[in-house]
Amino acid sequence: MPYLGSEEVVKELRRALSNPNVQADRLRYKNYITKVIRYMTQGLDVSALFMDMVKASATVDIVQKKLVYLYMCTYASDKPDLALLAINTLRKDCADPNPMVRGLALRNMCNFRMPGMTEYIEQPIVAGLRDKASYVRRVAVLGCAKMHSLQPNTEIDGTIVNELYALLRDPDPVVVVNCLRALEEILKDEGGVVINKPIAHHLLNRMKDLDSWAQSEVLTFLLRYRPRSDDELFDILSLLDAFLLSSHAHVAVATLRLFLHLASAHPTVQADALLRTSAPLLATCGAASRELRFAGLCHVQQVMRSQPGLFGTHYKRFFCGYSEPSYIKFRKMEILVELVNDENVALVLEELRSYCTDVSPELAQAAIAAIGRIARTYSEKCLDILTGLLGLKQDHITSAVIQTFRDLVWFCPQSTAAVCQTVGACVDSPQDSEGKQALLWLLGEHGDQISSAPYVMEGYIDGLKTELSSAVKMELLTAAVKMFLCRPAETQDMLGRLLHYCIEEESDVCVRDRALLYYRLLQRGVEETRKVVTGPKSDPSMSVLTGRQEEPISEWDSTFNTLGPLAGCDLCPQTAATSAADQPSCRAENELLPESTDVTLSSPDDAEEEISLSLGPPLSHETFEKMWLDLETLHRQTLGFPRPRAAPDTLQAALQLVKIQTLAFTPGDTVPWKAYIYTRSTETLILAELLQGDQQAPGSDESLVVSVKQQPVNQHAIRGFPSRSVVYRVCFSQVNQTNYTFVVF
Amino acid sequence: MISQIFILSSKGDHLIYKDFRGEESKDSISVFYEMVTALSGDQPPVVMSHKGLHFIHVRQGGLYWVASTKTNPSPFTIIEFLNRLAALTKDYCGSLSEKSVRMNFALIYELLDEMVVNDFGYIQTTSTDILKNFIQTEAVSSKPFSLFDLSNVGLFGAETQQSKVAPSVAASRPIMSSRGEQGGKNEIFVDVIERLSVVIGSKGVLMKADIQGEIRIKCFLPTCSEMRIGLNEELSIGKSQLKGYSSAVRVDECRFHQAVKLDEFDTFRILKVCPSQGEQTVMQYQLCDELPCAPPFQLFPSVEKDYVNRSVNLSMVLIFLKLRCDLPPKRSVFILHTSITPLPLSILYSMSQELSSPDQTAELQPKNKALLWEIPRFPGGAQLSALFKVDVPGLSSASLLEVGPVSMSFELPKQTCTGLQIRFLRLSPTQTGLSQRWVRYVTHSDSYTIRI
Repeated sequence: MPYLGSEEVVKELRRALSNPNVQADRLRYKNYITKVIRYMTQGLDVSALFMDMVKASATVDIVQKKLVYLYMCTYASDKPDLALLAINTLRKDCADPNPMVRGLALRNMCNFRMPGMTEYIEQPIVAGLRDKASYVRRVAVLGCAKMHSLQPNTEIDGTIVNELYALLRDPDPVVVVNCLRALEEILKDEGGVVINKPIAHHLLNRMKDLDSWAQSEVLTFLLRYRPRSDDELFDILSLLDAFLLSSHAHVAVATLRLFLHLASAHPTVQADALLRTSAPLLATCGAASRELRFAGLCHVQQVMRSQPGLFGTHYKRFFCGYSEPSYIKFRKMEILVELVNDENVALVLEELRSYCTDVSPELAQAAIAAIGRIARTYSEKCLDILTGLLGLKQDHITSAVIQTFRDLVWFCPQSTAAVCQTVGACVDSPQDSEGKQALLWLLGEHGDQISSAPYVMEGYIDGLKTELSSAVKMELLTAAVKMFLCRPAETQDMLGRLLHYCIEEESDVCVRDRALLYYRLLQRGVEETRKVVTGPKSDPSMSVLTGRQEEPISEWDSTFNTLGPLAGCDLCPQTAATSAADQPSCRAENELLPESTDVTLSSPDDAEEEISLSLGPPLSHETFEKMWLDLETLHRQTLGFPRPRAAPDTLQAALQLVKIQTLAFTPGDTVPWKAYIYTRSTETLILAELLQGDQQAPGSDESLVVSVKQQPVNQHAIRGFPSRSVVYRVCFSQVNQTNYTFVVF
Repeated sequence: MISQIFILSSKGDHLIYKDFRGEESKDSISVFYEMVTALSGDQPPVVMSHKGLHFIHVRQGGLYWVASTKTNPSPFTIIEFLNRLAALTKDYCGSLSEKSVRMNFALIYELLDEMVVNDFGYIQTTSTDILKNFIQTEAVSSKPFSLFDLSNVGLFGAETQQSKVAPSVAASRPIMSSRGEQGGKNEIFVDVIERLSVVIGSKGVLMKADIQGEIRIKCFLPTCSEMRIGLNEELSIGKSQLKGYSSAVRVDECRFHQAVKLDEFDTFRILKVCPSQGEQTVMQYQLCDELPCAPPFQLFPSVEKDYVNRSVNLSMVLIFLKLRCDLPPKRSVFILHTSITPLPLSILYSMSQELSSPDQTAELQPKNKALLWEIPRFPGGAQLSALFKVDVPGLSSASLLEVGPVSMSFELPKQTCTGLQIRFLRLSPTQTGLSQRWVRYVTHSDSYTIRI
């Protein structure tokens, strides 16, 4: 096809589409419509053809209809006035005797994203909910959600919500699932669809009729349900048991997550579920699709945090295949390191050894680092391998081995002698700056045990002029000073030269300053220098930690079967941020705040005791009230200062900044003044009431009293209760000079 | 829920783009493409995030199949869904390539729009049975001219043996075309596919052997009420069920498709299934740490160092490989790639080779530090050898240790390593004469590595 500018193309197409000869020939007409869609996909603006396309929608040919509708949905928001013309045709189609045409028209009408659509689509949607054909009902149910998203700030239509709840009993399984999805979207501000006992049991009984996609989605919805008794819990678990071994990985994993969540009070049940799911999980690790493999491996890693022994016998499944992409190989090596035990150590090491000579330098270095990790437990065998690798005289391998040696000596001091012997015998030195730094650190720290250390270092000092990296120069300075302290006679001369060069000729200020620092230190005397320069040679506290610790399952089960494990940990805060940004109202309030509003987070206790709070989905008033009445007060405290005088919305926004949501306030200066707030910490929901001026509560005349309740009660939080109070100080310096301190827990 | 779905070619051309929720602009395609091409090899590309929008993608048929979402859904669901979408596209278009997607873009839009994830980014259904009622567009099959098609025509029109074997391209045609010109072809293909991953240690010891197998059905029948697939009667599942000394066919565990009825499986090893049109996996099984038959290849390598000219330290590596195929003589292996990586080298100068037959080729790939030896056809029981002389300047004897494992990729037709067989394949009601049933066995090498 000759190249034409977009205007030319549009003109040409319009001429063709309006040509009566073309319109008479159905096949040719359709061909031109296909062409329009093709240009649209390629990114060409063909919105100018809107009128001609609207005309083309009046046809009996369903394929043509679909194509035209696709076009209309894409450009409706650009041409709202013209799109209104199309609505008549669509509404006519909504009454077509063919259910497919009805559904198609309804769906596309809901997809027009333009203001003022609601009045046109409301009536067809309500009619569609009661349609005979399940196909139309499916479309209509989701249409309710679309209608809501068109005007997000309006009040929720109670009749539609009730109708959707009623449609959960629909005979068509897709309608049922669509109802859940639609309710979830419509009721987003109230915490989503409520799963009570009858709904939960209804869904559980329908599980078998659903297809796998719906199954895994329903399983995710069921996470919200808490069985009332152990009997009910076990009934549910035995109903779901078969799905643990589903041949669809996503169903098996979703079931496992539900099991872990429901049985959080029964560790043996959790362990049993993990054991049974280990087979499907392992199968995904060997799936033909490498993306699925990767997802499987990431989740195996999560499971291993609590049950390191679960995959022990299957360690061979984590050997790398030669055609696998390297991101899979990295994960497999990480898993292999965790799986090492007395029986398989020889085989695993042999396998890892073969990766060390991989073509990709990154992979080779990762394999060497993995051997280094194993060396913390099985030092002798690993040191043999690492020493052998030095013989290959490959730059990237040598560098990685030296870096591994450095880490090993730091973590596991008993291997120092062997490492020093190897390093002393090693002839060639690493070429990259990372490796050089590692070697210099070893020479400086353990120069007394490496006989050739001064000569190696002299080589570096002589080659200083050609060295580019300032980090290497700094490391060299430190190493030379340390070496001087243990072997002064051999080092004195070269240290002098080094300091002279660095102070007189070096252009990098950091290096020069470091050299000056050492120079002045040495002027104060050797003993002074020794006190400053020498630190611990290893970190014995770390070696205790190398024994794997089993984490409780609750540490990770909230992120299980989400994108978190695949993307690394950086995803989690991001999602918290987006969930806050999802609510346009709170964003607006944040912007209203004066610039200087100063929110500082100070924890008077240990920093490690800090509790992270998150907003999570909002609670409905009813849910809050019910929970508040059900729960016991865990903690009550008088704060010793009066309630804030700030305007309610300012206060609300300020609390939102520290991840606390507000449910309700008493307005103005009413006495008693009350506020209900809530927040989420890991796994638990914290509810609190602020009270002032109530006659019944002692001490509330002048200052605020806070009462805290928690659902579910977190054992951790209670144990560390007194020490865990985190004080959020929200200063409204500009608003009314009131300092407001709020205590959580 | 899914915000957008798009399909990109490997060069980043937009083939298909569909926005379900109107949350994000079309720019996210280029954002994705920039991110995915900027990744280095060690970073996992499956999930990527940009300003709160998560991209999840799979690669199939050389194309990027991408879903973007603002929520935090189950990665398994999205990945399996994208794989399913690719499989459906393959079912409907016949094959999966940039060309076939370009030619059938209207059909793929229809697929996406109609059923797959139609509304608002929620997956509705992916079953071909339901879909076929709604999909109206005919597939345009991109049939490249191929010499394979000619091989079906017998010499001078004579009936040859080959007519008993379905041509390899027979299964790669659109499922919809049955109402078109190929109306008479009521065929059903049952494939038993095994993927073999083996590591053999330097002394010829079997270090690891895993078999992942599946029974896959590709059905072109417009209607089919029930099909019975009979497997070996002596098939035993799990370690506990070993029966005496019989030469049982054993698998560790197996999983079945939802629709498979297993009431006769325990006693007679019969699977009952009502296949829907298109491709589906009926049964998956695996066998770990054990190989019922001998590994198909034995390698006897020797790697030596030799000097061409000692005075200028011009040395070379002599690699002598003797490869034996331990299959029964009637069987043979097609297209065997043998590669040795890495070779100890900084600069490779040249290589000379002595191969045992002229149809083999060997090639040095200095970029990958690899030596590739290709054998187009390897009869069972035969033994092939090759001698390679690679000039490497400044070779130390230690670097011979670096000469890396030998990896082989191959395809064994008409053979399963577990010994799983299909005894019979019955359709009911019996459509005699009308339907053709094909059973194929094939073993692929997932990863076959021999240490030197």
